[in-house]
Amino acid sequence: MLTIKNYVRAQSLEEAYALNQSRRSKILGGMLWLKMSDLRLQTAIDLCDLGLDTIEETDECFSIGCMTSLRSLEKHEGLNAYTGGAVRAAVRDIVGVQFRNCATVGGSLFGRFGFSDVLTVLLSMDCLVELYPEGLVSLKEFAAMKRNNSILVRLVIRKTPGKFSYQAMRAQKTDFPVLTCAASCVAGEYRVVLGARPMKAMVLRDEQGILKQGICEESAKAFADFATSVTPTGSNIRGSAAYRTHLVRVLTRRALQELGG
Amino acid sequence: MEIELKLNGKTVTDHIEADTVLLDFVRAHGCLSVKRGCETANCGLCTVLLDGVPVLSCSTLAARANGRSVTTLEGLQEEAADFVGFIADQGAEQCGFCNPGFVMNTIALLRENPDPTDDEIRQYLAGNLCRCSGYEGQLRGIRNYLNSRGARHEV
Ligand SMILES: Cc1cc2nc3c(=O)[nH]c(=O)nc-3n(C[C@H](O)[C@H](O)[C@H](O)COP(=O)(O)OP(=O)(O)OC[C@H]3O[C@@H](n4cnc5c(N)ncnc54)[C@H](O)[C@@H]3O)c2cc1C
Ligand code: FES
Ligand code: FES
Repeated sequence: MLTIKNYVRAQSLEEAYALNQSRRSKILGGMLWLKMSDLRLQTAIDLCDLGLDTIEETDECFSIGCMTSLRSLEKHEGLNAYTGGAVRAAVRDIVGVQFRNCATVGGSLFGRFGFSDVLTVLLSMDCLVELYPEGLVSLKEFAAMKRNNSILVRLVIRKTPGKFSYQAMRAQKTDFPVLTCAASCVAGEYRVVLGARPMKAMVLRDEQGILKQGICEESAKAFADFATSVTPTGSNIRGSAAYRTHLVRVLTRRALQELGG
Repeated sequence: MEIELKLNGKTVTDHIEADTVLLDFVRAHGCLSVKRGCETANCGLCTVLLDGVPVLSCSTLAARANGRSVTTLEGLQEEAADFVGFIADQGAEQCGFCNPGFVMNTIALLRENPDPTDDEIRQYLAGNLCRCSGYEGQLRGIRNYLNSRGARHEV
């Protein structure tokens, strides 16, 4: 059971960072994941006074504070217009509305969870995360980084012209996904992201030019074959490696066909 | 630590431990409609409104609610009375343990979207689990309530 000795509402990022250097401190996001741990925390650091719970949209980007809820992502019209509903599609089956009102963007990304719908869809986009004190790093780089005691302050989604689609397979509607798949064409470059393999999401690019002539039934199938041959999968309680490999083929094809319209 | 919040419109001040969750806090203050289910953020039984937004009180620190407004079913009897009879008429529930969380989230749904489609109802209430029923009775109850108000007709 999670226990907490002291609760502190940090008044600045400096204060939060200083407090977070102790091994027995943690930043609180929505606390949904932390709650399931057996950690005995000396200090839980709440960022809720720092105004980091909103989505700011400019001509160039969406700047999303780490305390923004997944429900806010789901409901944001600008974000869903830019992504053609892909962000909404990615988060809408994560447990329930009350859960998504609590779960934060910061906690979802900082966790770098293998099963993450959130990480899968965002890796298909032109994204950066702002860390304190390091500054901006690409989401891809952040996803590969080891956990440290930094603070994830913000997610930045650049409005690079693109198209996006999202597919996931769940054994039961609100359960963890068995496989996640996002496809995109950003600034003319195709990407397919496969997550919940059950390992962390990985990004495939069209290095062989399979989609060079655009997406049609054949090229989508051919890319799905390629994805199946290069994507490692594993087994867990939700599905076997063989089943997941089958899903890689099916979801990649569907995501690309949806992308091709 | 000391916190002060509005619980069903009344100011409540109390001393809490840093890890007291909102579920325990509201129950300790007489709001026994709020049920303890999974305690792992899966079932929706513990739903309360925090500044009007439905959240899971089993996984929210009471300390985070400091200075804010918390509403439980005890504070929403009138709003709930509008539609719970329609759910009861369907014999939708058996043990009824899931009912308060379900009603709280239905109130949140109808405030956000007064005329939802059946799919929108299903989607919004997906995080409210019921071990006894098949959910169809509750859906019919809500639909009959909406139809009685002259909303669109589905099911
Ligand atoms: C029952 C359950 C089912 C779930 N199902 C799904 C699913 O189907 N799909 C999916 O994609 N996700 C799923 N999730 C994950 C969920 O969506 C969130 O990603 C997860 O709960 C973490 O978000 P949080 O806000 O609760 O973070 P917390 O639990 O508060 O934090 C998680 C970790 O991140 C750290 N942290 C939080 N914010 C910051 C910050 N700003 N800077 C630095 N560190 C930070 C915390 O210290 C902690 O180590 C599920 C989680 C649960 C508990
Ligand atoms: S008791 Fe809170 S979600 Fe189950
Ligand atoms: S009626 Fe028993 S849990 Fe829903």
